Amino acid sequence: MAGRPDPRLPAGPIADAWRRTRAELPLISPLRKRQLQVLVVGTGLAGASAAATLAEQGYRVTVLTYHDSPRRAHSVAAQGGINAAKNYAADGDSIERLFADTLRGGDFRAREAGCMRLAELSSGIIDQCVAQGVPFAREYGGTLASRSFGGALVSRTFYARGQTGQQLLYGATAALLRQVAAGRITLLPRRDMLELVTVDGVARGVVARHLLTGALEVHTAQAVLLATGGYSNVFFLSTNALKSNATAIWRAHRQGALLANPCFTQIHPTCIPSGDPGQSKLTLMSESLRNDGRIWLPAIAGDNRAPEQIPQAERDYFLERLYPRYGNMAPRDLASRRARELCNAGHGVGPGGRSVYLDLRDAIAEQGRGVIEQRYGNLLEMYARISGDDPYAVPLRIYPAPHYTMGGLWVDYQLMSSVPGLFVLGEANYSEHGANRLGASALMQGLADGYFIAPATVTAWLAGHPTPAIAADHPACREARARAQARIDGLVAIQGDRPVDSFHRKLGALMLEHCGISRTAGGLRAGLAEVAALEERFHGELRVPGAAEGPNPELEKALRVADFFGLAQLMLRDALAREESCGAHFREEHQTPDGEAQRDDSRFAHIAAWEDAGEGREPIRHAEPLTFTALQPSARSYR
Amino acid sequence: MSRTIFLTLRIWRQETPEAPGGFRSYRLEAVSTDLSLLEALDQLNERLISAGERPVSFEHDCREGICGSCGFLVNGQAHGPQAATSVCQLYLRQFADGATLTLEPWRARAFPLIQDLAVERSALDRLLIAGGYCSVSTGQAPEANALLVGQEQARSAFDTATCIGCGACVASCRNASASLFVAAKLAHLAQLPQGQPERARRAGAMQAAMAAEGFGGCSSHLECEAVCPQQISADWISWMHAEARH
Ligand SMILES: Cc1cc2nc3c(=O)[nH]c(=O)nc-3n(C[C@H](O)[C@H](O)[C@H](O)COP(=O)(O)OP(=O)(O)OC[C@H]3O[C@@H](n4cnc5c(N)ncnc54)[C@H](O)[C@@H]3O)c2cc1C
Ligand code: FES
Repeated sequence: MAGRPDPRLPAGPIADAWRRTRAELPLISPLRKRQLQVLVVGTGLAGASAAATLAEQGYRVTVLTYHDSPRRAHSVAAQGGINAAKNYAADGDSIERLFADTLRGGDFRAREAGCMRLAELSSGIIDQCVAQGVPFAREYGGTLASRSFGGALVSRTFYARGQTGQQLLYGATAALLRQVAAGRITLLPRRDMLELVTVDGVARGVVARHLLTGALEVHTAQAVLLATGGYSNVFFLSTNALKSNATAIWRAHRQGALLANPCFTQIHPTCIPSGDPGQSKLTLMSESLRNDGRIWLPAIAGDNRAPEQIPQAERDYFLERLYPRYGNMAPRDLASRRARELCNAGHGVGPGGRSVYLDLRDAIAEQGRGVIEQRYGNLLEMYARISGDDPYAVPLRIYPAPHYTMGGLWVDYQLMSSVPGLFVLGEANYSEHGANRLGASALMQGLADGYFIAPATVTAWLAGHPTPAIAADHPACREARARAQARIDGLVAIQGDRPVDSFHRKLGALMLEHCGISRTAGGLRAGLAEVAALEERFHGELRVPGAAEGPNPELEKALRVADFFGLAQLMLRDALAREESCGAHFREEHQTPDGEAQRDDSRFAHIAAWEDAGEGREPIRHAEPLTFTALQPSARSYR
Repeated sequence: MSRTIFLTLRIWRQETPEAPGGFRSYRLEAVSTDLSLLEALDQLNERLISAGERPVSFEHDCREGICGSCGFLVNGQAHGPQAATSVCQLYLRQFADGATLTLEPWRARAFPLIQDLAVERSALDRLLIAGGYCSVSTGQAPEANALLVGQEQARSAFDTATCIGCGACVASCRNASASLFVAAKLAHLAQLPQGQPERARRAGAMQAAMAAEGFGGCSSHLECEAVCPQQISADWISWMHAEARH
């Protein structure tokens, strides 16, 4: 890959640019579409919606997922809601405002044309979901209800109690299954994509391991879509499902796809904190709780009285104090960083002083327990189950946890990666969220990609590249298969005595320390050395029980963790190279006197797109400059 | 309050569907009650791996009760003793010090065993393929508020739509029936205006698929409702039977 990647941005004003672009994209006759084979990896919101829509248009679609059922994709866990500029609440929302909030929220590190397109498409997504039977919350009169969410001043978030992702996913997977019934989608569950097949630099298929038999299969197609989700599990403990991983994007990266801004990862402020070293995940408490819960810590460091014994005057409602305009709704990165600082300064509560209080007491007193129960009942039940505490009686304890990865495979405006024929959708790509994602915008982006953008742009690609799919025994397929086989054999052969989780836990701890809420050059350099050393031990001391054949969950994990090592090092490099603070990327060297992030637009108003230079060589950093016409970069100020 | 307990896990071990299976007991010393049962299994597995033994297979992913991956019998109860809880959300503080927990896979004709505690539940997806959707393609949708849905009606549709497809209802039914699963999907869509056009066809097709997949019929034992982590009411099964006569 020589020089700068071309984002293929639309010409002219960004408003309406997507409609203009679409109008120019080539089309394919329905008859012809039936002969074209498309491969979709992933059945989350992005993959399911894309697969269903492409099949509805007539393509032959093959869908792979490592889950046993499409309904289990990690999107199912999204709680809070999905944004759309419907302005049903008549509170001044508009496409322009959603656009501006997205671009500002991302701290001007996303393409303005993409943000505008997302805002323009948002309304149609809700229409589509409603038509599928998604049971969104309603007002008494029967119209859709909405609420304000994470850092937004308008009420534009649509929801289905605390299970919005589940309901949207079931809508999208129902559409997918309908196409299975129609014979247009071949659904292949329990398949783990381990390699990308390319011929002359063009994506032509994937190699996948059948998770019950262990067989390596080759699937070829005329276009490959990755919708494989985010990589927060590089931190081991995160809000993601335990199997969420980076293998698909990392393997595509190793085959030439640029990886953009991998260090942009979001830490979510409201998670149930870790209690025991054996804990396997951090469960998110929807930040919709911040609408009614007040966040506080003891004003006196080291105060270890029970919360109800701390008088009002000795409680520090620190978000309300620091950000009076936003209060407890301050953006995620600010809320997380302030919580961490205060805990480091000895104000933290709970085990190891690693939590802050989220208190529903005042809301219950004002609105009654019934209202709070109706709003958050299932969330609070979940909290009680995990923590053993009653959140109606004592404040919840929460702490920030890795949650969402803005970084991902670089894609152009048409969602195509730098490997022609390879499209990337949903959390797996780097797109509209810039350096920080707004709450309730990931679901919107995944569905915009899947229902509306990819179906148009994949068609355009296929129209221009009608080459038939290659045979499964093509040399490129055999090579890709051999690469996967070699990795498997290598891991099984180590025969050390340490289980994969022990390495993953350690890797996570290193990444959290050096590449988490707050970063420094020294820490990042130390992180690089420590991760490399741990990787070496992994390849010397790992034990994968059993064989390459048959079900082997430990082998699955080992393949994933092996790839996390590579990605982790790229994240550290990326964070080191970005000598500024922006969005969720906070470099301690770059802050204002009052501790806010200091962006450097003169040097870093660009997307960093990393190129793999081959085994043992330093990766190459490319830069795609960002220009702003509709909204000028301003310093983010939530004070 | 965090404390530690001793536990004996009596686990069904079966390497392949063909191989004979049997229980094996494992003792966990001083495990924290702040761990979930699956986390205790993680610890056991790390120990088995380091000792060169095959770890216990069990399905899981989200570990927050929403993906529907996890599920096995704990002392004969699907998902264990706590109501409205899938097994990934079951914490050890539910158990007494010194307790013995017997862990067995779902047993149902339509759910063939994979290994140990893991079974194949794709039959449930095939029931959905038979008709669990509204036939509307992308781009055909009218403006969302063109369809009004009363608040109560939306809530009730949502309640039935929350089924996570874990299969506990099937596993706890003496007929291994998927009636609650099918009734929930039919009720979700039949309560909404969007679901009306295909309502009768959907009900017929999904119930026929249920019989074809080898699930049994309902004889009203209502164990399904008792174990459902989403607390979906078995009243929907009677509703479904009336629906079939429409
Ligand atoms: C707890 C939680 C709550 C959230 N709440 C919200 C919210 O309220 N609003 C919001 O907008 N966003 C929310 N998010 C973010 C949002 O849920 C995700 O960003 C989004 O759902 C990702 O969707 P996706 O389709 O890109 O990927 P996923 O849903 O993660 O799907 C990935 C798919 O790819 C498959 N896959 C991955 N790798 C492979 C491979 N190698 N081989 C085969 N298959 C593979 C998986 O099986 C799966 O089907 C939340 C996230 C979390 C963790
Ligand atoms: S692991 Fe997802 S529901 Fe239990």
